Amino acid sequence: MVGIVGYGAYIPRQRIKLEEIAAVWGADAAAFKRGLMLYEKSVPSPDQDTITMSVEAARWALARAGVDPKSIGAVYIGSESHPYAVKPSGTVVAEAIGATPDCHCADFEFACKAGSEAMFVGLSLVKAGEMDYVLAVGGDTSQGAPGDALEYSASAGSAAFIMGREKLLAECLHTYSFMTDTPDFWRREYEFYPRHGGRFTGEPAYFKHVQSASREIMSRAGLTPKDINYAVFHQPNGKFPRNVGRMLGFKDEQMETGWLSPWLGNTYSGASPMGLTAILDVAKPGELILMCSYGSGAGSDAFIWKATERLVEVREKAPFTRPQLDENKVYLTYGQYAKCRGKIVKAD
Amino acid sequence: MRDVAVIGIGIQKWGELWDRSLRDLWVEAAQNAINDAGVDHIDTMYVGAMSPGLFVGQEHLSSLCADYLGVTPVAATRVESACCSGGMAMRSGFIEVASGMADIALVSGVEKMTDVDGGGATFALATAADGDYEVYNGVTFPGLYAMMAQDYMHRFGLTREELAAVPVKSHANGALNPHAQFQHPTTVEGVVNSVMVADPLTIMDCSPITDGAAAAILCPLEMAKDFAKGRPIIKVSGVGAATDTIALHSRKDFSTLNATVVAARRAYDMAGVGPDDIDFAEVHDCFSIAEVITSEDIGFFEKGTGGKAAAAGETALNGKRPVNTSGGLKSKGHPVGATGVGQIHELVTQLRGDAGERQLKTAKRGLAQNMGGSGGSAVVHILEVV
Amino acid sequence: MASVPGYWRERAQRLRYEGNKCESCDEVYFPPRRSCGIKCDEELKPHTLSTTGKVLTYTVIRVAPTQFVDEAPYAVAICEMDGGGRITAQLVDCPFENIKIGMPVRIEFRLIQKDGHHGILMYGYKVVPV
Repeated sequence: MVGIVGYGAYIPRQRIKLEEIAAVWGADAAAFKRGLMLYEKSVPSPDQDTITMSVEAARWALARAGVDPKSIGAVYIGSESHPYAVKPSGTVVAEAIGATPDCHCADFEFACKAGSEAMFVGLSLVKAGEMDYVLAVGGDTSQGAPGDALEYSASAGSAAFIMGREKLLAECLHTYSFMTDTPDFWRREYEFYPRHGGRFTGEPAYFKHVQSASREIMSRAGLTPKDINYAVFHQPNGKFPRNVGRMLGFKDEQMETGWLSPWLGNTYSGASPMGLTAILDVAKPGELILMCSYGSGAGSDAFIWKATERLVEVREKAPFTRPQLDENKVYLTYGQYAKCRGKIVKAD
Repeated sequence: MRDVAVIGIGIQKWGELWDRSLRDLWVEAAQNAINDAGVDHIDTMYVGAMSPGLFVGQEHLSSLCADYLGVTPVAATRVESACCSGGMAMRSGFIEVASGMADIALVSGVEKMTDVDGGGATFALATAADGDYEVYNGVTFPGLYAMMAQDYMHRFGLTREELAAVPVKSHANGALNPHAQFQHPTTVEGVVNSVMVADPLTIMDCSPITDGAAAAILCPLEMAKDFAKGRPIIKVSGVGAATDTIALHSRKDFSTLNATVVAARRAYDMAGVGPDDIDFAEVHDCFSIAEVITSEDIGFFEKGTGGKAAAAGETALNGKRPVNTSGGLKSKGHPVGATGVGQIHELVTQLRGDAGERQLKTAKRGLAQNMGGSGGSAVVHILEVV
Repeated sequence: MASVPGYWRERAQRLRYEGNKCESCDEVYFPPRRSCGIKCDEELKPHTLSTTGKVLTYTVIRVAPTQFVDEAPYAVAICEMDGGGRITAQLVDCPFENIKIGMPVRIEFRLIQKDGHHGILMYGYKVVPV
């Protein structure tokens, strides 16, 4: 059996409320809140990026795993906001946690499912016996163009998992990936902000892939939604994951714990992985968790996890996800936010 | 070891001297010192400068200065110890004369700081701190002294207004010094309400960016009467230097500058005197808090009482312990490499009775304390009329 | 004035906080030193700084060097880490009025400097309130 040995999440403390953004662009905040179910989002400070958040999340994962960093055989960071276009994020993370030099390392990119890809590959490598432990991280400091719909959701956060064969706190019972070529969202080389296909990102993209992957993994596992305690889906806003869950036959209570996006925003590669960390903070031994990511372009990685006794023993060793979201917040004005995110730049 | 005397001093008005280059400034001060002493040659020379490479793109001041003074092939040495480069140049010249290697030594300091912008000056000055472990993380020199001030105020209960008494006194003295960069008085309100640089220090707690040079001529004491021309003979009776850690965070106590404590003790021991035998002092008030701490570290006041003493007027011209009669670095200016020799200039001026409106009634023995960085190096000289 | 080799050379300290400790006098050095001076002849042993500690003193930098201008005002503190060793680091995610001498802090991994728009990114330690 393979699964998760340690996990951790990191959320920056800065927030901006949806009303603050809507007021700048003359948008109807109430309609946005109803339509997208978004209230506020996290904002990275200028000294935070995918690398720094991933190091923090990875250190918390190591604290729960209790393994020697030197025994980590691979470090994979999934993100669409790697700070360097060329030069890995993973080397910095590996160096910071002390996993170098006997270590494989790669950065993953597949829109918002880069994090779950890293998890999938990590599980596969430990299953194959290639290495004892793999660090897999999903995180982003997402960019949304000023005034674009994405600006209301694009946020920052990171989730890290150490995969292994022993000392599991959650067993991975099944994995399944569903993928087609569907250009619903992209960012061209040298462009700063992503573009998207508007309503095309919904039915043929997000809903088709998340439903297909979730249905197939449950079918292969011989499970139905009522057998599963918690479900978390990619959460580009508050509405999509809730609707897709209902379509699949889940009740809101099963989705409540991992549903962070109304207050966190869309952390892109971190979105469903951070939902999973919030669930692991509370799950009881034996409970089952369905996680299904979605990355534009497009594909979904689905996992079924089963919490173990060890989860209860180690989860207090690092901060929980939900308190990071709910406590110690600092609210920014749009001007501060625009400066933080490089939307306005001081003259040289 | 031979006794050594100061027989000549030279300086100019310090400030933002846009039309003067480093070599202009230095040669002017050196010539003034040579003329003041009345010597017809020099055997050796020392030039203190902190960072001419970064400020004006010029190193190799030994050759440059000897050349432009017209004294080649005299032996010349550039001395660097951050903001106490000048004091260390003085000490180096002292050692050479005392040892018998040379008879007439020109000791000097210079800094031309205004050719770079504020960012360039900040960068150059920051090289006196620990580049990899202080400056890398965003700390500045005002920031380092501000952290000393926070510690001091927290421990000893010094108030913001009491601390402001230091720059107020400095400006009062500088207003009487024709060589000072700022010759206007200020008030406690003026200090407290000026722009905050690093809490709790405002711009009026900070010494300015200054262009300037200073020089002095040393010779064996036994030769000094030949150049006295009726003026008092001034002996360098004590010299002490010491070091401390480069980074402030490595110190056990942020409210004591141990290099200054030790350098002062060495100078007192050599001179055979103690703090109570000193009539006045020039100390390195790169920031207001530095004057408070150093006035304690040279033994003028008990630890924790220097700020209150300044606020009570004890360090004023008419106080019991006059400190920085020149206006100090704050008002006279702080051309970093020149500052230590500028202090010697003020000591000699007071000891000769030539200080005009700021002349002390009693000035027979004075002390100069000059330090580098956040106190990582320090040098103390004691000069007295013999 | 970013130096790529200069940044890289210090990575064990910037990224992992590795110092050393004198077995004879218990002094913790950060960065590590080759010797404890001439007073101790014991060998220095590797010692990684604890990520928790307390503020010894602090300030708020309002006039910043060129490379930190966009971040000003920002707080800087000297911190004593639990188990020994001291650092000078920015104190972030804390309103200035809440900073107190003695307050407990924790190291967070942050971006410290950027070499303009094109140069390297330089990481390191800052501290946040516990």
